Amino acid sequence: MKTGIVVFPGTWSDRDCAHALLEVLGEPVRFVDYREQDLGDLNLVILPGGFSYGDYLRCGAIARFTPVMNAVADFANRGGLVLGICNGFQILQEARLLPGALLRNASCEFRCEWVQLRVEQSDCAFTVDCRPGQVLRIPISHGEGNFFADPHTLESLEANGQIVFRYCTADGRITPEANPNGSLRNIAGVANARGNVLGLMPHPERACEPLLGGDDGLAIFRSAIHALNRVAV
Amino acid sequence: MIYRAEVFVTLKPVVNDPAGLTIRGGLHALGFESVKDVRAGKYLSILLDEADEDQARSRVEEMARQLLANEVIEDFRIELQPEPALAESRGGGPS
Repeated sequence: MKTGIVVFPGTWSDRDCAHALLEVLGEPVRFVDYREQDLGDLNLVILPGGFSYGDYLRCGAIARFTPVMNAVADFANRGGLVLGICNGFQILQEARLLPGALLRNASCEFRCEWVQLRVEQSDCAFTVDCRPGQVLRIPISHGEGNFFADPHTLESLEANGQIVFRYCTADGRITPEANPNGSLRNIAGVANARGNVLGLMPHPERACEPLLGGDDGLAIFRSAIHALNRVAV
Repeated sequence: MIYRAEVFVTLKPVVNDPAGLTIRGGLHALGFESVKDVRAGKYLSILLDEADEDQARSRVEEMARQLLANEVIEDFRIELQPEPALAESRGGGPS
């Protein structure tokens, strides 16, 4: 698997993603500058977290018009695997590659803490190694992660199995207390209808080694590796 | 002609506005108990050089749809006025 990690002005989690893939999983990575227009032979593209363009106007609103995003859209439309983490999720929504929007947290606070995610379905390329109902412990770090979509979109996300992760308690219950930001229906991550583009607010790359407090985030990266191998066979 | 466009970007009525609720709480704490609701939004002031008002309005609408507002969660309103003084100081508008 060849992974490209896109770096916008203001991206801050690019090296954490590279560390998780290269140092922990031994997968080759390269950084992709936001001015690049050709993704070459990449199999997986990650839009990492951060504050691209200072979050000016809206989170992700400026980054989505950079040259690399045309290439990312083409790549996604051809079925390439795209993972948007935190600010990357916001950029994918602004680019309309994922549905909904992320509003300011209901508490108006920046939340930086460990949360639990329930895997809602394992058909997505990024959860093929997980079982539905499995609980992953992964940290969040954001001020604008409050998932919103209109009622019609929410119903179609539910019907199509596009809700991949929900915030939950340690034993997997979906409760208001487990929801750190006010997201509708506790939604933490959604995929496109085809299942090759995933966005989530939590940071799996920061949960890839016991030293960091846990390694549940590896399940997401390993799933992508296995999904790609399955296609190749 | 130089035009000044004022663009008001607001959250759609169905979208929760945590910032507005927090500001309302602050106003209540200051004793403004008559405040029933606050909605926070964005204000942009844009100077642009266009042939006429219709052209200017249609360009600003394009800007709002493409970038200034996210129509998944936001509405926008545009107010437009000519700025003849600015046109003169810059040596006139386009012919």
